[in-house]
Amino acid sequence: MSLRNALGAATALSLIAAGGVFAETLTIATVNNGDMIRMQGLTADFTEKTGHEVEWVTLEENVLRQRVTTDITTKGGSFDIMTIGMYETPIWGKNGWLVPLDDLSAEYDAADILPAMAGGLSYEGTLFAAPFYGESSMVMYRTDLMQAAGMEMPKAPTWEFIRDAAAAMTDREKEINGICLRGKAGWGEGGAFITAMSNSFGARWFDMEWNAQFDTEAWANTLNFYKDMMDASGPSGYATNGFNENLSLFNQGKCGMWIDATVAASFVTGKDSTVADHVGFALAPDNGLGKRSNWLWAWALAIPAGTQKEAAAKQFIEWATGTGYIELVAANEGWANVPPGARTSLYENPDYQKVPFAQMTLDSILSADPNNSTVEESPYVGVQFAAIPEFAGIATDVSQEFSAAYAGQQTVEEALAKAQALTNDAMEAAGYK
Amino acid sequence: MARSVTPQRKALNTAAAWAIGLLIFFPILWTIITSFKTEAQAISDPPVFLFFDWTLENYGAVMERSNYGRFLWNSIIIAGGSTLLGVIIAVPAAWSMAFVPSNRTKDILLWMLSTKMLPAVGVLYPMYLIFIKFGLLDSRTGLVIVLMLINLPIIVWMLYTYFREIPGEILEAARMDGATLKSEIIYILTPMAIPGIASTMLLNFILAWNEAFWTLNLTAAKAAPLTAFIASYSSPEGLFYAKLSAASTIAIAPILILGWFSQKQLVRGLTFGAVK
Repeated sequence: MSLRNALGAATALSLIAAGGVFAETLTIATVNNGDMIRMQGLTADFTEKTGHEVEWVTLEENVLRQRVTTDITTKGGSFDIMTIGMYETPIWGKNGWLVPLDDLSAEYDAADILPAMAGGLSYEGTLFAAPFYGESSMVMYRTDLMQAAGMEMPKAPTWEFIRDAAAAMTDREKEINGICLRGKAGWGEGGAFITAMSNSFGARWFDMEWNAQFDTEAWANTLNFYKDMMDASGPSGYATNGFNENLSLFNQGKCGMWIDATVAASFVTGKDSTVADHVGFALAPDNGLGKRSNWLWAWALAIPAGTQKEAAAKQFIEWATGTGYIELVAANEGWANVPPGARTSLYENPDYQKVPFAQMTLDSILSADPNNSTVEESPYVGVQFAAIPEFAGIATDVSQEFSAAYAGQQTVEEALAKAQALTNDAMEAAGYK
Repeated sequence: MARSVTPQRKALNTAAAWAIGLLIFFPILWTIITSFKTEAQAISDPPVFLFFDWTLENYGAVMERSNYGRFLWNSIIIAGGSTLLGVIIAVPAAWSMAFVPSNRTKDILLWMLSTKMLPAVGVLYPMYLIFIKFGLLDSRTGLVIVLMLINLPIIVWMLYTYFREIPGEILEAARMDGATLKSEIIYILTPMAIPGIASTMLLNFILAWNEAFWTLNLTAAKAAPLTAFIASYSSPEGLFYAKLSAASTIAIAPILILGWFSQKQLVRGLTFGAVK
């Protein structure tokens, strides 16, 4: 054996001994958002540390969901790591489609993951996906408009206050809408918002026998309150507005308040916002019933069962969701750009505590409990969704009925009656009743 | 006898044609203009049309983030390969239907076309399982086969229409001169149908280039074409319209240029046999 070959063999052996795996090329499916794109730009650090290469498949959220669902249900093996959310994780974990993440290294410190996040990404106590970033929802408001209206936003407002403040801030001549909220059909768009809102009004999707609950007074109160407030103080065409439309309106100074994902805080205070210096934050509103109207979500990294590159995939997950990555982003792009909402230690960091929306994000996340999200007892896990496979389809149909009511194509009562019927039909067909 | 057209009428027709053309082209024009705006300008209300500080920063960001060359190469291989394979199969099929028709030829043609009416998502899972079984997931070969099969009914239909315009007597004469079936198709029929075949290939190349269901669902990192490139810039949570527009512009640019230079052939091919 030549000296060169011997050296090569020795290097290879030492790499195996050090890392426990050969250098691999990992294929990772992910969504297109600022934090994920930032991670792609920093992948060289992972390759340098482990020798593994990474190929990214970036897709729009709904396309990604369809793509990874097809792959995992057919054991296609297209991806070594998938970016999934709190909705899919417990369902896929229960079905044995994901590799349990219960053997991550001590340096990774899994106990540091925020309990709300770990709970939502586990099934029967086993973690199946590691949170890359977490989010809740909160009120983002214009401090200058609030002051001009002679009002002061409490840290934890009620829906009545929000409605009154919205009316006071609305100025149609100046194209200022008191409040901007999602109304767009889709279970992850308007469906997510109205479900989280309904929790604070004492509503729930199902009773303990999986009967739909849209015929209750609590749901009627939720929808009527939403529609009345939006008709009086919302933007025209709010029935088709989602996250992006409202972000656009807010950044152009056309919303007094916006209740949406906590990750939006960095956008409304960022360079593309015309009102960046006049934004305040508050908890999502409640109705005095013990539940607030904020949701809980995480984009998390999971390993599909059957991948041939499990060890390398776990190394990547430890790198991307560990504390080292947070420090890497902070060093490169500042603390305001680190992925939020996943780790307790981030919120104990004095540098991060200086970020204006840090504490409100943490408070919002901590006030959401996916295992106990409704005033009355419910049989499902999830705040703005019910973690059952049928929910996405049913909730999309229901949200279409609601959007039609917002647009004035039918009454709230008609929308609720249709939602009740279609939900019960679907649940019966799925064998829940 | 040709109808006489007054100058006023002609001017009116021209203006109407330009207006309709601009209306149809406007979404593409708006995408191209938006690609030169900042993200803030892209969402401004009222929208800015031409008077803003044009920037190339979105193109820079897109080229830095994505391997455009690889997506482009995959698109060329997949669209070109499926078109070529489709024509190779469709020429003999269309020949038999045009020159040796049976009682069932019309039914077969209609049946072939009816396969286009099935929603693609209805066969996603069976197709996905077949791809897994044959190791075709995320491969250009797999996509060439699928897109060829999807477009084959259109290719056969178009070629059948062109072949019907060619007098059967010419082929009979070739046969009398001793031409084999293969020679008849390759040396007699194909050269006469070159304009029709060319326009069929152009149209199917465009269709395959733009196909966005199978190309998104059957690829991952290696075989993803430009449709996946565009999809990677769409986001429901974040305003990236200017970058999405830049990605869309460079994705459609090759096919726009191809269409521009071959528009005469395309129009001729699409209207062939329409006026008798």
